[in-house]
Amino acid sequence: MAQETPPSIGRAAARGASAVSAGRVLLDDTAIARALTRIAHEILERNEDVSQLYLVAIPNGGVPLARRLAANLRQIAEVDVPVGVLDTTLYRDDLKMTGERPLLRRTEMPSAVDERVVVLVDDVVKTGRTIRAAMDALMDFGRPRMVQVVGLVDRGHRELPIKLDYVGKNVPTSPRETVSLRGRDGDLEGLLEVTLLPADARGDA
Amino acid sequence: MIGRDLLGIEDLERSDIERILHTAVHMREVGEREVKKVPTLRGRTIVNLFFESSTRTRASFEIAGKRLSADVVNFSPSSSSMKKAESILDTARTLDAMDPDAVIVRHEVSGVPKSIADVLDAPVINAGDGAHEHPTQALLDLFTVQQEKGRIDGLTVTIVGDILHSRVARSNIYGFLKMGAEVRVAAPPPMIPPAIEELGVKAYTSLREALDGADVVMALRIQNERLAGSYFPSVREYAATFGLDRSKLHYAKEDAIVMHPGPVNRGVELSHDLADHRPSVILDQVRNGVAIRMAVLYLFAGRKREHGQSRRTS
Repeated sequence: MAQETPPSIGRAAARGASAVSAGRVLLDDTAIARALTRIAHEILERNEDVSQLYLVAIPNGGVPLARRLAANLRQIAEVDVPVGVLDTTLYRDDLKMTGERPLLRRTEMPSAVDERVVVLVDDVVKTGRTIRAAMDALMDFGRPRMVQVVGLVDRGHRELPIKLDYVGKNVPTSPRETVSLRGRDGDLEGLLEVTLLPADARGDA
Repeated sequence: MIGRDLLGIEDLERSDIERILHTAVHMREVGEREVKKVPTLRGRTIVNLFFESSTRTRASFEIAGKRLSADVVNFSPSSSSMKKAESILDTARTLDAMDPDAVIVRHEVSGVPKSIADVLDAPVINAGDGAHEHPTQALLDLFTVQQEKGRIDGLTVTIVGDILHSRVARSNIYGFLKMGAEVRVAAPPPMIPPAIEELGVKAYTSLREALDGADVVMALRIQNERLAGSYFPSVREYAATFGLDRSKLHYAKEDAIVMHPGPVNRGVELSHDLADHRPSVILDQVRNGVAIRMAVLYLFAGRKREHGQSRRTS
């Protein structure tokens, strides 16, 4: 099908990827790698029974991050943590009834969530509404023992009482600014940098 | 893209069809979960307005709506009490005043869903009108072929049976042609509309020639009672010449699949054995029908006419 992962953009990112270079770099390649290594260590610290861990990515931006976290966990603790993908679109509270519907993305949950410690992985967290939707979606798949959340970038501006358990970087932003993720050759798998775009680059994210 | 209503495949662009099929892939995944329900259309109302009786299509739309958490209301006025066009539109207007988010219409007369769409604020989805179109059936057939074959472009699709009276055939002809397939139709000569080849299909009166090299064989339901005697000599003779069985299927490609919109007249359009076993994919079509209708409701429901645009006269 024609509609697959759009290249070089995260969920909360600018659609106009050409404007990326104009922004302020929040995290570069090295900083992203360090943050993901640190978060992997923190996940192991917080969870003694690593056999129950289950990483669940929120597409699109969360998917490469979850895969890299799984690789880090394998390297550090020699554990194979399953990685799932959970699209939150059908659970969002802001589906506009006029105009075009958002594209759906794939959901793949290879293991049952019952009694697992599910670690949700997202790229940029702002209002918390995506995390709320992800938690609702998760509960339809079973009853996890615990849910924790990773955000590579925490922008603040929460509209719901949701806090992150693991944060790559806290970034004070204006709500009108845009956080953009850019990968190598348009592929988020080789995530290179996270950039903050000024408000006039595009409206609200 | 995609307009407010879904009245026929003829009105859709290829990109619209691709968008619906892409959405259905994800809706199918929802149907495979233990909890087969998502809150997307919570608090939305969908009306099934069926003037012509139908159990399967109505049930499919109802399940699709419920899996998206919409409230589904079934409304089936008896067609005998609704002969006049005015009373059909009155009924539709009355329903519209109850503020539904989508109205699904089936009627035995071509064009009724369009007439209803012209007076409603809610989007109208055609669930079959006369011999005109049955767009969700064609979409679920396209989806089934795509799932089975991995593509539609470049395939050869042979539709066998009463092309003249079939809305399923019309919608599928538009759909498969738009998606890049070669479409053939095969039937006794009286059942082939005279100008059918102008649509871009090839018409055959020999089943064997029509099946040669086909990737997909779609049999249409024969309305026995109505047609025997005028369009073909007898049901038995139709079954002998145009009914599919395993030996006739040898003319098609080795990996050809067999489809049927249901319900099958066993021993007429399909042999008993073919009706129930691979390579027929009839139950997959039914399963995919729910996913396609979920996709259609997700993409169309709630897209009401803006207030300034209302064409209502009263």
